[in-house]
Amino acid sequence: MSQIAFLGAIEVGLVFALVAFGVFLSFRILDFPDLTVDGSFPLGGAVCATLITFGWNPWLATLAAITAGAMAGGVTAWLNVRLKILHLLASILTMMALYSINLRIMGKPNVALLGEPTVLSVFDTLGVKYYYAAPIGFAVVVIAVAGFLLFFLKSELGLAMRAAGANPHMAKAQGINTGFMIMVGMALSNGLVALAGALFAQSTGNADITMGVGVILVGLASVIGGEALLTPRTILLALLGCVIGSILYRLAVAAALNTDFLGLQAQDLNLITAALVAMAIVLPTAKRAVFKPTGRP
Amino acid sequence: MSKKLLVGLLSLLPFMSPAALAADEKFVAITQIVEHPALDACRKGVQDELAERGFKVGENLKWMYESAQGNPTTANQIAKKFAGEEPDVIVAIATPSAITAAAAARNTPVVFSAVTDPLGAKLVKTLKKPGGKVTGTMDMLPIDKHLQLVKRIVPDVKTIGTIYNPGEANSVSLVERLKEESASAGLILREAAVTKSSEILNAARSLVGKVDAIYLLTDNTVISGVEAVIKVGEQNKLPVIAADTDTVTRGAIAAYGFNYYDVGRQTGGIVADILEGKAPGDIDVQGVEKLELYLNPGAAERMGVKLDPKLSEEAKEIVGG
Repeated sequence: MSQIAFLGAIEVGLVFALVAFGVFLSFRILDFPDLTVDGSFPLGGAVCATLITFGWNPWLATLAAITAGAMAGGVTAWLNVRLKILHLLASILTMMALYSINLRIMGKPNVALLGEPTVLSVFDTLGVKYYYAAPIGFAVVVIAVAGFLLFFLKSELGLAMRAAGANPHMAKAQGINTGFMIMVGMALSNGLVALAGALFAQSTGNADITMGVGVILVGLASVIGGEALLTPRTILLALLGCVIGSILYRLAVAAALNTDFLGLQAQDLNLITAALVAMAIVLPTAKRAVFKPTGRP
Repeated sequence: MSKKLLVGLLSLLPFMSPAALAADEKFVAITQIVEHPALDACRKGVQDELAERGFKVGENLKWMYESAQGNPTTANQIAKKFAGEEPDVIVAIATPSAITAAAAARNTPVVFSAVTDPLGAKLVKTLKKPGGKVTGTMDMLPIDKHLQLVKRIVPDVKTIGTIYNPGEANSVSLVERLKEESASAGLILREAAVTKSSEILNAARSLVGKVDAIYLLTDNTVISGVEAVIKVGEQNKLPVIAADTDTVTRGAIAAYGFNYYDVGRQTGGIVADILEGKAPGDIDVQGVEKLELYLNPGAAERMGVKLDPKLSEEAKEIVGG
């Protein structure tokens, strides 16, 4: 694997770590299986790319993308909380609607950003090589978001949200408005996913209507893979697991792209990636079984 | 520098052979958004043309091919991988692959193929002498010629219908062009949209009675389920004319088409020019040169059309029964 391919995998992995954070919030904290992300990821890209081509400042465009994503999450939560639609179905409905909405926003299925200013243009002016600068820049974003989540989930509101997800009946009995918690959590989760979509569109040079396909699977694989590696018992470790899981997933894809010499071909890519991710998830368990650690606190 | 050398040597390890170590070996990396008969034929065309120009895989050409399996994120990672391998030329088939390759490869020449609208995709600033590192071939359909063909097959045509998926970038640019061209040809255009192939039948039925002929673009969703349109055409004596020749063998009346193998050959020519030392910025973006008329007289009969005998003389291929 070349250095650029390796750093590229880290860069994409860091962007998808934001997706993993979002999925962690909905899937683990709120216990809400949320397929909205397959729509809010391209929504973030669509809003950001379209506004940039309209001449907006890329930072403002990215901020607008986050807002749009939060609104999408809010709609899913509203369908579930107010209209009592089953959570899975509510999120599928929003995802479906977003496909049409994204087409409307972009006016076409693909908005190209080649040559337009993006938040990554900063690196060109610094004189640092893009391949090194982009992963560092995204790492800063990921650390900042993780810090915010850490702070938020330990605040009073965050604790109430965790209670609402862990045991809604008990939470209600304690006077927590669980519906409101779902609203806030889903908005936060999809806002993060849309941020990832906006950053990805700017890094890859275009927003495409198909870029959301399978994002939820990548997010889940990252969350679960990270959990398998770290067995997290604190929020900090869980968030770290999300980042590690996401980067490992991208390294798996990059490795799968470099298996030509084994007689594997381009069309085997998805199979190889799936096998590598499955291995990453199973390995820690297998390792524990072999070494049998003792004296757990 | 030594690290780069080491990485280079390691990546060559699997290909280690006396020929692979020759100093004049050229290196072409090709990325494709999805495996698909037309795009695969295009890739084959590139390879064959390069071989004809003296760049043979295994002799003096290193060839690396990756498919993104339909996933834009993977296309991005492939582009980064190629940027790191530093080939002499990156060939990118279809629009999403071309954009990601152009964004990732900052100093390597990128030759795109099967891109419908390179200006809209911002791959190049002008079609003539585009400058920079990017050039290639575009597969924009000669829609004006297609509409003339529709008029020859259905002389009293006033309204034409088309079916397409608004989620396909290429189709949307084509429909834009079709709107302009049909207006200047004095035709009224009616559109029917589908989002997946299961909706084609209803979309085709919605056009019955409203249009005098159906003209199909190269929309992937519609072409994958084109039999539904053919069926509606036959049942309602509504002529179906296509943009690609393959659809004629599947039951449309006619098409002035090109095949993607020839598009690939044309692309290969550009790649060979660059390998021989020409600057990509000096090479014009090329449109499709080779057009062939395919006719299906049996389909014409089933759709209630009498074909002009002159058409059969012009046809390169007469298919069906």
